[in-house]
Parts: sequence; structure tokens; C-alpha cells
Amino acid sequence: MSLGLSESEWAVVVLSLKVSLVAILATLPVAYGLAWVLARRSFPGKLLLDGLVHLPLVLPPVVTGWLLLLVFGRAGPVGGWLQETFGFSLVFRWTGAALAAAIMALPLMVRAMRLSIESVDRRLVAAARTLGAGPFRAFRTITLPLSLPGIWAGAVLGFARSLGEFGATITFVSNIPGQTRTLPLAIYTGLQVPGAEAEVTRLAIISVVLSLAALVASEALIRRAGRGAHVL
Amino acid sequence: MSFELSIRHRVGERSLTLDTRSDARITGIVGPSGAGKTSVLNCVAGLARPAEGRIVVDGVTLFDRANRIDLPPEHRRAGYVFQDNRLFPHLRVGANLSYGERLTDPAERWIGHDEVLDFLGIGHLVQRWPATLSGGEARRVAIGRALLAAPRFLLLDEPLTSLDAARREEILRVIERIRDELAIPMILVSHSRDEIDRLTGTLITIG
Repeated sequence: MSLGLSESEWAVVVLSLKVSLVAILATLPVAYGLAWVLARRSFPGKLLLDGLVHLPLVLPPVVTGWLLLLVFGRAGPVGGWLQETFGFSLVFRWTGAALAAAIMALPLMVRAMRLSIESVDRRLVAAARTLGAGPFRAFRTITLPLSLPGIWAGAVLGFARSLGEFGATITFVSNIPGQTRTLPLAIYTGLQVPGAEAEVTRLAIISVVLSLAALVASEALIRRAGRGAHVL
Repeated sequence: MSFELSIRHRVGERSLTLDTRSDARITGIVGPSGAGKTSVLNCVAGLARPAEGRIVVDGVTLFDRANRIDLPPEHRRAGYVFQDNRLFPHLRVGANLSYGERLTDPAERWIGHDEVLDFLGIGHLVQRWPATLSGGEARRVAIGRALLAAPRFLLLDEPLTSLDAARREEILRVIERIRDELAIPMILVSHSRDEIDRLTGTLITIG
């Protein structure tokens, strides 16, 4: 089954899916933790944390990519440490593309999850506490399952955002075939050379189909979450 | 002494002061809405923290500001039946009933699962989802869930409101049976004195 795609085009699609999937799976617990803290806790600096989480949403992606390069590049504080300690570098690697995609997807994931955590009635958590559940068990048995639709919605939305990630990726890890050339980068590359219109069209159609599917799935999950909140 | 309540508590602009000792099996608290009746129950259950005071139930100190005692809700063993029931919407009735039961030490259980189902007549509901229950059914399930968590005392918040006359009578009988057969101290909160006159030994009016 080739769907009319060449081997290199398939490699692009598979790489894109791999980068996005890894980005989302790794970000999921972080995003949920941030969402929970923002939904349920008040502390000094909350507004600042909220702002930082949302920054990639409004910042030019090129700036995000450059900041990632400063921090995770070989000369950067985190990148240098990774290189020295583990001999591991993110730059020019698909793992770096996944990091860029994760940072860009984070605000969308946190937003969806925060909404669904906020919609979980705290009085239910209080009821669980009176029945003998400690704070962690009450979270695990009440808040977590009731906010599950929001987790799914956030993950799918973040996945769609990751698939489309361009600016931060090309700035941070460049455009290397087989390592960092994901769908948008391949389409961009195709547009730079004459005679690649057919390839661009095929990859663009795949982008549209994947993004649309993700949006529809996310919307369906959000609606289910909305219903769940009104079960009482 | 079943209950020794000495509570000074502020909720928003209102302040609440209560000093009472009661040895009755059912202690009633009556007052208009907004007087802080539910706040008293929340303080006893550990869901709210009084600014000052001391709460002792059946000889166990749950809260004592002066001696820095403040047991977390999960260690107070309060059987709290909320006005809005608060059944967990994602769990079937059966799982709601056993939620607290599974968290209790078997040695502390004083009533069996089937006994509670029979007592409350809710055996046929265990496969249902909370959203499909009528008001009277949901209230009985909420009472059952509280009883199965092996509570040392019960807190009933407006147990008769939002029920029609027939259901009201049914729940009244359940509370009477709990009083007469289970010998567990209860605080019962209501906005109407008439409603709980027939049940209570000690009646406290606040607000």
C-alpha cells in the first residue's frame, strides 16, 4: 500500500508521526501536572507560570526555536550538560524536533486539560476524602478519571499542532532528511525546487487529512467532556 | 458525650459561633439558610477549618486549635450524607457504595454490605449509573455509601429536602431505623424545625 507515495515521502510521513507521537507522550504528564496546578492551586507567581506556559502560543516560532537552541544547543546550559554527561545531543536530531514540537504543543494541551480539571466538581473530591481517601487517592479515583476526556482532547489537539510544527523546528534542528524533515519542512523544501509540485500536493493532502482527523476527534472528545461535567 | 462542638468560624462576611454538648443519639441543628449549618458539618467532617474551637465526637478529639489537633477528613471517619448526595458520576451505584468500604480496615466494619443493601432497599440499583436514579434512590445510595465506610458518626445535611412527601417519609423511616438499630451518633441539619422534630433528642438553633 503506497497511496502513490514514494519511499522518501513515506519516510517523511512516518518521521512526522514518530516525532509528534513521542512529543505528545512525553509531554502528557508534564502538561497534566501544569494544568492541575493552574486549575487547583493558588500561589505567588501563578500568573507568571500561566504566561510562560502560554508563551509559545503567541511568540514567533522562530524565537522559540532560537531560545531552544540557546538552552539545548551544544553550548547551552542544558545541551552542554546532556552532551558531557550522556554524550547525547538534541541538535539536528529527531529528538530535538520532538522537543520543539512538544514545547509548541504544550499550551494547547494545558488549556484543554485545565478546562476539564476545572469542570471536575471539587465537592466530589471532598466527598471522597470523607469516605477515607487521602488526597492522592481522591485525585487518582475522582479527578483523574473525570478529567480523562480533557486529557484525550488535549493530547489529540497537541498531536495535530505537533504535526504542523515548522518555525521552531527548522530554527532549532534545521531541515535534515530522515532526522528532522517532517511534513511541513518537506513541503517547504519541495516548494524551493522546480518540478516537485506533485510531491508537494501529495504531502499537503496528507497534512490536511491528518489535521482534520485530529481536530474532529478532539472536538468529539471535548463535547463528551462537556456532557460528563453535567452528569450530576 | 456524643458531640462536643465549640466552633468559631468565618465564611466570607458571616461569622458563626457554636458551643454545644449533646449526648442525644440525634443532635438536630436548625436555622435559616445561610446561617452556617452546613459549615458546622464541614468543620466536623474536616472539610472546613474553624478559626477557633474544639470538636470532640464520642471521646475522640477531631479538632483542637489550642492543642494543634486537626485530623484530616480521611481519618475522622465521618459518615457525611451531603445535601446534593455527591454520588460519583463515573462509577456505578455498586462502586459508589463500596468506595469507602474498600478503604476501611475490615476490623472496624460494623455493618455488612448486603445488610446495608437490604436495610435501604437498594439492592436492585447496584448496576445503575447515579445520573439515572430518582431523588429518593440517590439519597438512599448516599446514606448507604456513608454507612459502608464504617463511620463513627453520621452527618446528615438536609436529608429530607428536594424529596416528595412519600420519599420524605421513606427517608425519615430510614433515619429512625439507623437511630434505633445502629446506635451511631448523628448530627442532622435542617432549615425547618417541624421536619426533624420527630427525630431529634437535642435541638440546637443557630442564625
